[in-house]
Amino acid sequence: MDCYTANWNPLGEEAFYRKFELYAMEWSLKEDLRDCLVAAAPYGGPIALLKNSGRKEKSPSARPLLEIYSASGLLLASIPWKSGQLVHLGWTASEDLLCIQEDGTVLIYNLFCEFKRHFSMGNEVLQNHVLEAKVFHTEYGTGVAILTGAHRFSLTTNIDDLKLRRMPEVPGLQKPPSCWAVLSQDRVTIVLLAVGQDLYLLDNTSCSVVTPPGMSPAAGAYLRMAVSFNYRCLALFTDTGYIWMGLSTLKEKLCEFNSSIRSPPKQMVWCMRPRSRQRAVVVAWDHQLMVAGNSTECIQFVLDEDSYLVPELDGVRILSRTSHEFLHEIPEASQEIFKIASMAPGALLLEAQKEYEKESQKADEYLREIKDQKLLPEAVSQCIEAAGYEHEPETQKSLLRAASFGKCFIDKFPPESFVRMCQDLRVLNAIRDYQIGIPLTFTQYKRLTIEVLLDRLVLRRLYPLAIRICEYLRLSEIQGVSRILAHWACYKVQQKDKSDEEVAHAINQKLGDTPGISYSEIAARAYDCGRTELAIKLLEYEPRSGEQVPLLLKMKRSKLALSKAIESGDTDLVYTVVLHLKNELNRGTFFMTLQNQPVALSLYRQFCKHQERKTLKDLYNQDDNHQELGNFHVHSSYSEQRIEGRVGALQNAVDAYYKAKNEFAAKATEDQIKLLRLQRHLQEDFDKPYLDLSLHDTVSNLILDGHHKRAEQLYREFKIPDKRYWWLKISALATRGDWEEMEKFSKSKKSPIGYLPFVEISVKHHNRYEAKKYAPRVTPEQRVKAFILVGDLDQAADAAIEHKNENEMNFVLSKCTASTDVAVVEKLNRARAQLLKK
Amino acid sequence: MAAHLSSGRVNLTALREAGRRELREFLDKCAGSKAIVWDEYLTGPFGLIAQYSLLKEHEVEKMFTLKPGRLPQADVKNIIFFVRPKLELMDIITDNVLREDRGRSPQRDFHILFVPRRSLLCEQWLKEQGVLGSFIHREQYSLDLIPFDGDLLSMESESAFKECYLESDQTSLYHAAKGLMTLQALYGTIPQIFGKGECARHVANMMIRMKREFPGSQNSIFPVFDTLLLLDRNVDLLTPLATQLTYEGLIDEIYGIQNTYVKLPPEKFAPKKQGEGGKDLPTEPKKLQLNSAEELYAEIRDKNFNAVGSVLSKKAKIISAAFEERHHAKTVGEIKQFVSQLPHMQAARSSLANHTSIAELIKDITTSEDFFDNLTVEQEFMSGIDTDKVNNYIEDCIAQKHPLIKILRLVCLQSVCNSGLKQKVLDHYKKEIIQTYGYEHILTLNNLEKAGLLKSQTSGRNNYPTIRKTLRLWMDDVNEQNPNDISYVYSGYAPLSVRLAQLLARPGWRSIEEVLKMLPGPHFEERQQLPTGLQKKRQHGENRVTLVFFLGGVTYAEIAALRFLSQMEDGGTEYVIATTKLINGTSWIKSLMEKLEPAPF
Repeated sequence: MDCYTANWNPLGEEAFYRKFELYAMEWSLKEDLRDCLVAAAPYGGPIALLKNSGRKEKSPSARPLLEIYSASGLLLASIPWKSGQLVHLGWTASEDLLCIQEDGTVLIYNLFCEFKRHFSMGNEVLQNHVLEAKVFHTEYGTGVAILTGAHRFSLTTNIDDLKLRRMPEVPGLQKPPSCWAVLSQDRVTIVLLAVGQDLYLLDNTSCSVVTPPGMSPAAGAYLRMAVSFNYRCLALFTDTGYIWMGLSTLKEKLCEFNSSIRSPPKQMVWCMRPRSRQRAVVVAWDHQLMVAGNSTECIQFVLDEDSYLVPELDGVRILSRTSHEFLHEIPEASQEIFKIASMAPGALLLEAQKEYEKESQKADEYLREIKDQKLLPEAVSQCIEAAGYEHEPETQKSLLRAASFGKCFIDKFPPESFVRMCQDLRVLNAIRDYQIGIPLTFTQYKRLTIEVLLDRLVLRRLYPLAIRICEYLRLSEIQGVSRILAHWACYKVQQKDKSDEEVAHAINQKLGDTPGISYSEIAARAYDCGRTELAIKLLEYEPRSGEQVPLLLKMKRSKLALSKAIESGDTDLVYTVVLHLKNELNRGTFFMTLQNQPVALSLYRQFCKHQERKTLKDLYNQDDNHQELGNFHVHSSYSEQRIEGRVGALQNAVDAYYKAKNEFAAKATEDQIKLLRLQRHLQEDFDKPYLDLSLHDTVSNLILDGHHKRAEQLYREFKIPDKRYWWLKISALATRGDWEEMEKFSKSKKSPIGYLPFVEISVKHHNRYEAKKYAPRVTPEQRVKAFILVGDLDQAADAAIEHKNENEMNFVLSKCTASTDVAVVEKLNRARAQLLKK
Repeated sequence: MAAHLSSGRVNLTALREAGRRELREFLDKCAGSKAIVWDEYLTGPFGLIAQYSLLKEHEVEKMFTLKPGRLPQADVKNIIFFVRPKLELMDIITDNVLREDRGRSPQRDFHILFVPRRSLLCEQWLKEQGVLGSFIHREQYSLDLIPFDGDLLSMESESAFKECYLESDQTSLYHAAKGLMTLQALYGTIPQIFGKGECARHVANMMIRMKREFPGSQNSIFPVFDTLLLLDRNVDLLTPLATQLTYEGLIDEIYGIQNTYVKLPPEKFAPKKQGEGGKDLPTEPKKLQLNSAEELYAEIRDKNFNAVGSVLSKKAKIISAAFEERHHAKTVGEIKQFVSQLPHMQAARSSLANHTSIAELIKDITTSEDFFDNLTVEQEFMSGIDTDKVNNYIEDCIAQKHPLIKILRLVCLQSVCNSGLKQKVLDHYKKEIIQTYGYEHILTLNNLEKAGLLKSQTSGRNNYPTIRKTLRLWMDDVNEQNPNDISYVYSGYAPLSVRLAQLLARPGWRSIEEVLKMLPGPHFEERQQLPTGLQKKRQHGENRVTLVFFLGGVTYAEIAALRFLSQMEDGGTEYVIATTKLINGTSWIKSLMEKLEPAPF
């Protein structure tokens, strides 16, 4: 620890840079990196190498080899390269490898060298070939820019939504530019290129010459340019060894440096960290590495081996055959704590904790010093923050121990930041392990987010680690574990060497009822891989029928789909399957299938009722459902426009009803046929509409028209009950005002309905005179009511008194008016009093 | 505006709010001005969720009724169809879309909002007609359970009973289960489910299944409901057939309440202003909203009609006394206070005037001889008198051709109270009906038989007396003014369904196993596990909350009876009521009738 700052290199007054080893590379390369096409994905991503690419002419038999390694140099996959001549390799934001061929074809591979798809950069590129290419990342996604043999630029900003743009021509350009870069400014992608001492800017429509501010006229011709990770800064290297550093808008110079090395560097990249004011570039030559920034001095390293620079968000990774290093600016918090003789609160706290461990009283002195300045919370925060920037777990631990120690002396220090840092570091240390090989820094990790990190682990098929991380961070199952298990299962179904049973079982064992798992998605994947049986097995585990059914239909397992749909209770789903079956099967099989599924059958019946009435009949026929068949015929008889048609349909109904042993319905239907025929005669005879009247109305109309004989005939023929016939007849007669006939009828025989109805109906037709004729014939029990109806209160009173019925007396009384019916009231009161006496 | 929804034990405003939110989100998806084309049946229920003002705020400028032909002119960017997922309606929409003038510019965008559920079937149908692609948004609006009042939810699915029991189409049960899931998402998992009947069983099964479909969505809401009771309407076919005798029940029986609104004959509501005596009487029916937001109505709606008069006259005295106060107001302060109360008093006075008028209208009918005779026969049947032979009154009514539905209600009531009629009696009634009202009603009669409302007594055993006695369905000593039992809602008959709910709460169904077996369908109990943190520790004296879901419809009298139980001091249970549809005997029978119109010769 004493020499902690040994590898710190100062640049100017304020900044320090350090370079440390991430991994000793496992890849034991035989070739020099300079002989390979190299592409390393940012955020500690994988490294792609194309070997032998340059030696093509020398031995045509030796095919180039495409290899993909983790950042620690473990081989992930390799394939012999059989396609065309490759010009450039690059990685997409989702860690797919882009292999850009000379003919402008871009092939996409995943990080296991499995081919995914390809696309072309267009005809112009095909004709003129690719001279150089760059892969870049903007908010639109991953883009590709091409410099063609005709010295023109073509680019696309998003390979997933391919739109090719051909950039305008640079006037008078006869040879390829010495260097160029893709810039992204205000959502516009532009190309900056250098030809000799001139800089050109290409946007969508125009080409303009630009001059960086503060550029010395004697600087010379441009050799290299570098754009920072965030596109904000630009560095230009000229053949006088001069480096200009400024904003990529070319509106401001930040600083300059004179390296006095005139040979063109192999690579130049920015080395910055977010929220730091320090700007520096790293320039690499064959044996030398230089960090230059806002200072007349620079930092120099000797390169023992051929190296390759990978710009990162907060530093630069340096790859070589044996090692993988990281070069970055020391963050402020670390500086404060570790700078020699620092009196910053964090430094003191770290010291205090060390003394405490040594059981020295100095611990108290240090603590007191911080506390006196009331800087303890700041000290703790500083230690926590600095821990994040350390790569060595030992250093992380000592800083966290110091933070934890300091926390004890603060009231209510919110624990979140401490806990979160501990968790984050555990995750980071786990993925930095050389076997995983993702050397993410804390800053990169926070920018990348945990979700993307998990995706990357899934991409590398590191399912167990991903799940452990989810569990450790207590991510919700749907967000975390389920998603990973689903990916795992989708991978699993592609393993063709295992039987369907094994795979289905293995998947269910792992996934169980984990929330958020969509078995149907996994099944769909299995189906896509041609494993229908496995898909069906997997669907068995899917609890959502809405998901099961469409896939089963797609796989032509309609009958299974039908029973699943029925299980769900979702009738719409059942309908969907039924109609699908209807189109798929022949009619006989279709009906048979429905027969075994009553729920589906009744729904189909409903459908037929509204859409295909004819089919309904066939369905009932097949079921021998004669009752419904009868109803069906009755129903259709009503849409017949001619009486023969109507009778015919009803006759069918009669037959069906007999078969259904529904004698009542059969008889009633026969009666209806008889009635219809009769009505037709009546209609013809009297030239009045009779058809479709009920029997009651038919008879009633006959009486109304005075055809008493015909009415009588119907009454007998249809066995209308006496009581109803009497009611019917007197209502009709009263309506007709045929009081004479009514009286005659009342005397024809003893009324089966009594005589009160006669009274009521006469009164209803405002004929009190006629009503009075019948009142005396009313049975004694109803007589009081009858007399009241005809308005004869006196007789009503007499009847009530005769019955000695107090209720009746009261009822009559309630109808009396004191002024006009004095005598009646008196009579009733007397009778009532007498009744009460007894 | 929706204050009445939060008046009960369970705040149903949350449900209404969820509905409004969903509606707004959909409307905002269709950017720009809009016209809505309505499936007319939906307008009533929608009115309970959102008024026109909400639609207007979201740029709805025009509203049309869905009908075939060309869509009306309207200069809007979007045309949105609000429809139930029915094929007949899809045909109309297809027609509308095909006739749309393609040349007009700017073109109008089409969208469909399916209520309550998007349907693959309908979309397939539209696809076959070649118009599916015309719709930019096809979404669903899960309007399953609509809050009607602080303790009342309805799906307003008119044909639910017919579909379930006649056509074996359980679509509405699926919606019911979905609605219950939504309810649980808002008010917590209901730990106990009881049920009686085939449909109840089916709904409970679907609920359990649906819960399994989303295992991850562990509900973390503290449960508001303790119990869910699912009841099939066909467990109690009797109750809706009887004439309801509560105030609200009678309004519904006589005038029909639609989505909490009632239309009344205008004569009694003529403005009584001096000097305008000669003016014409209003001819438009008077439309009133009836819910517990109206203080007076909340007080009298569930009373037996015979107890309403005294309340109204008492209120009248209080209000006129209150208005008299102004003469005593001397100081400025007193006058000011009086004035501040005026709006409330005036609202109370107009409410009183309205209900006095309604009560008068009803009284005219309830005091008629025919109403009395009809009620007498109903009550005889329900108390088990002469249910096994042809009834004179029914015969007379047929002979005088009284409305058919009245006859059907009575005959069905007799059949139900006798566990079916003797074949001879049944055939006699059927013949009488066919001869009098026409042969076409043979299919209606068949429907009633299929639904079990009419049947012939085949097994020969009449269970009704046992059920009546065990469940104490008939109470002779009913107190209409100050009731002590639910039987007051039918002046003697205690609704079977509500008795089942009452007995479930205390002492439990185990005491009536025998009777439950006589009623159709299985009875069951399910428990839904709650995480330990959500298990309720009941405070002493805190009432349980039971949601009673009537599958196939519920009457206002049954609701009144449940409310009565909620209010009982030592009841221990409060009820919230849900149903597929608010029904009465007439609307119910009507929904089962087959409409056969003869083709003209």
